[in-house]
Amino acid sequence: MTQRSEFSGYPVDTGYPVDSGLPEVPIRRTCPFDPSPELAGLRTARPVARAVMPLDGSEVWLVTGHDLVRRMLADPRWSSSVDGGLGEDRPLRLKQPEPGMFIEMDGPEHARYRRMLIPHFTVQRTNRLRPRIEQIVAERLDAMERLPRPVDLVAEFALPVPSLVICELLGMPYEERAGFQEAARALVRLDSPAGETEAALDRLAGHLAKLIAAKRAEPDGALIGELVREGVLTDGELVQISMLLLVAGHETTANMLGLGTLLLLRHPDQLALVRQGAPGAADELLRYLSIIDAVMFRGAKEDLTLGGQRIRAGEFGLASLGAANRDPALCEDPDRLDVTRPRTAHVALGFGPHQCLGQNLARLELEVALQALLRRFPGLRAAVPLEEVSIREDAAIHGVDSLPVTW
Amino acid sequence: MSAVDVPGETAAGAPAEATADAGVTGVTVDRESCCGAGQCVLAAPAVFAQSEEDGLVVLLDPNPPAELRDAVRRAQSYCPSRSVTVR
Repeated sequence: MTQRSEFSGYPVDTGYPVDSGLPEVPIRRTCPFDPSPELAGLRTARPVARAVMPLDGSEVWLVTGHDLVRRMLADPRWSSSVDGGLGEDRPLRLKQPEPGMFIEMDGPEHARYRRMLIPHFTVQRTNRLRPRIEQIVAERLDAMERLPRPVDLVAEFALPVPSLVICELLGMPYEERAGFQEAARALVRLDSPAGETEAALDRLAGHLAKLIAAKRAEPDGALIGELVREGVLTDGELVQISMLLLVAGHETTANMLGLGTLLLLRHPDQLALVRQGAPGAADELLRYLSIIDAVMFRGAKEDLTLGGQRIRAGEFGLASLGAANRDPALCEDPDRLDVTRPRTAHVALGFGPHQCLGQNLARLELEVALQALLRRFPGLRAAVPLEEVSIREDAAIHGVDSLPVTW
Repeated sequence: MSAVDVPGETAAGAPAEATADAGVTGVTVDRESCCGAGQCVLAAPAVFAQSEEDGLVVLLDPNPPAELRDAVRRAQSYCPSRSVTVR
């Protein structure tokens, strides 16, 4: 349970701060493409602000300024070993992560796992995947072309492309994608019925355990097979790592492709530039959409100061990547989509030692997939009005559930 | 590969120093804190690489020429683990 701050000025003994007027997280979007205007207000007035968790009324520090978000995420005094959070039925607390669940680890424990994985995700290594990604994308576009229109861009393109890529990279059978996709989807939902997320993850873990046993018997040359061959990790650790990489490889790029295409259809001038191959398009779309916005919780391991606020050990912070990415201190005219913009130091992929491990793969997939899609179908358009597009409002990752398109 | 390597850093935290004729001196990297994100490689591929073996940063040129000054500053600014320093 979060301790109330003695420095906040808020009485510590009055129970729920129902009349305090503190914002409640998550601060939901009113437009699928933009962080709530309320966040911009907070960023100006109180870039490190107290906010309230819906579950139990406990307080968190909501951080909205670009520089402050980067400081927080790079600061080893903030722990990533946080349990609870939005959409969960447990209050925030620091926990002992499961072996292998490295995104919840700090310091050397985290580095030990991350360093085993880094060689698989370097810029050079990722670039070598380009021809294969181009081939996967072309095949999906061929398949789309054969379908009667309208076609659901999410089901036929935005989800299959990253799903195929991550399955192949890990050495996981694509035929079993339904289970991977179900677990990934359950994990990012904020409104899952109690126990459903755990059940989906348990099913996936059980399934991965069998796949890993098969790899023990006959290791292949893909990522998990290589980790098996290295012989350092236990089966339990390999299950957790496989699960993390599968989920991360699915819900992120897929939502960027779906929501990104919808955004570009609303900005034909920008769409034309992406089709022509604007080199900074992937990063600008990442910055502008911030599809992972406000789920980055950290717990203060010791007393510290951030943005002039004294924060006590045991208190929790929540970094709003969306607010940070629209900070006027980051770039000129931050609320304007401009794919020709010089690359910004955006935080859409996080910051600090946990910054997205697969980011170079994500950039490459976005660049290849968007360009190819727009070149294949120059007349691409949404087949329904924007207000009928099924926007995801329940999820920790912003996106569209489906996007009927025609051309 | 058209790496995302665009001139003209606009982010806060990237000091826009007056351009001097001298090269950039005293670039250092910290492989202990490096988390292998590869952002320095995207920003300044002539100065930074990632080791094929462990994926961590390799400094190719500790004293890059003046025309790479901005790129090196961007590498410093993007680095998520603050492992690049420029004296």
